[in-house]
Amino acid sequence: MAQKKISIRIDGELVGATEGMTILEAAEGAGKEIPTLCHMDGLTAVGACRLCVVEVAGIGRLLPACTTPAQDGMSVTTVSAQLTRYRRMVIELLLVERNHVCSVCVSNGHCELQSLAKSLGVSSVRYPYNYPRLPVDLSHTRFVLDHNRCVLCTRCVRVCAEVEGAHVWEVTNRGIKCRITSEMNQPWGSASSCTNCGKCVQSCPTGALIEKGFAVEEMTKRHENISALALAKGARP
Amino acid sequence: MNRLKLATVWLDGCSGCHMSLLDIDAAIIDVAGKADLVYGPLVDAQEFPEGVDVTLVEGAVSSQEDLKKLQKIRSRTRTLVALGDCAVTSNVSAMRNGLPVQKMLQSIYIEGVSAAKGVPTDGVPALLPQARPVREFVKVDLYLPGCPPPAKAILGVLGDLLAGRKPDSSAKLKFG
Repeated sequence: MAQKKISIRIDGELVGATEGMTILEAAEGAGKEIPTLCHMDGLTAVGACRLCVVEVAGIGRLLPACTTPAQDGMSVTTVSAQLTRYRRMVIELLLVERNHVCSVCVSNGHCELQSLAKSLGVSSVRYPYNYPRLPVDLSHTRFVLDHNRCVLCTRCVRVCAEVEGAHVWEVTNRGIKCRITSEMNQPWGSASSCTNCGKCVQSCPTGALIEKGFAVEEMTKRHENISALALAKGARP
Repeated sequence: MNRLKLATVWLDGCSGCHMSLLDIDAAIIDVAGKADLVYGPLVDAQEFPEGVDVTLVEGAVSSQEDLKKLQKIRSRTRTLVALGDCAVTSNVSAMRNGLPVQKMLQSIYIEGVSAAKGVPTDGVPALLPQARPVREFVKVDLYLPGCPPPAKAILGVLGDLLAGRKPDSSAKLKFG
């Protein structure tokens, strides 16, 4: 069945799209960049981080571009003072929630949270830092889960379920107690369903999931390969 | 032309930001030509003077002494710059924040050593419950994060301030 062609306006520019596309897909198709963090090509969109919020004419609240379907005739604004303000707030709230100590992080210089903070001009944080005491799971032979650096984007949960098919990762608890946990909240090293593939590590945007044996600034990640694999299997971008 | 009164201060940090300041190399001669360094670890002054134009604050606020110093500095400084990740975010200094102070001191100075056990009290200021960023205590006029901030970024900001321009550090932002 041929998909219906639609047209929407993005920042005033008329953009062609097909029915079923999200605003993010339509915008990217038109060469527009909307900042994202929890989004990863090839994985189901969940709208967890709220960085990709956009304004839609006639709707009184902001909508996440990654989960909102583009509709014929829609008028979308992706750049505005209000959006920048909210996107900065999102980054600042992520920074205060846990302990993101860049200077001692293996992902320093290769971290998506860090580069978003830079590109959005977050030079300091207006909220009081939370400084929670969080564990680091070193039980896996090859990998580490550091809750201090987790932003709960759930890319690891999705890549493990959707691409690897192992379903090791889950989200446990809610709100400030929310944690990524492996296999019924057991230490990662004892998770018998883990195939040690490392897709979660490569997909993690920060230094929360890392490979052992790397020092500060040494861990670079390549999730593009995983996206390509997922797309080859027929996933949506 | 009035020479700019410049001060630097070292709170709870490693002095790496001051090292980075010295890393501006020969440009320090130009800075010295336009500004007087009136207080800081690099000079002898014992008392923070009145009427300082620019103070670069390195480090988080970690002790009662840090806090008292910072409040005095704020009241005597026109432009206060939070220099480096510790001043801006609390950074490594804040890694103790999950532990109560007494428990932390106990584990370092009593359980963590084999000889001369004892928490030092003589000549050291009492710690605050947590090390926290400068902006949580006083108004900050400019943020220059980085661990340390690159020498070029420091020089850029100093150059702007010396020339009477409003500095823009956002283009050179760096964390870690």
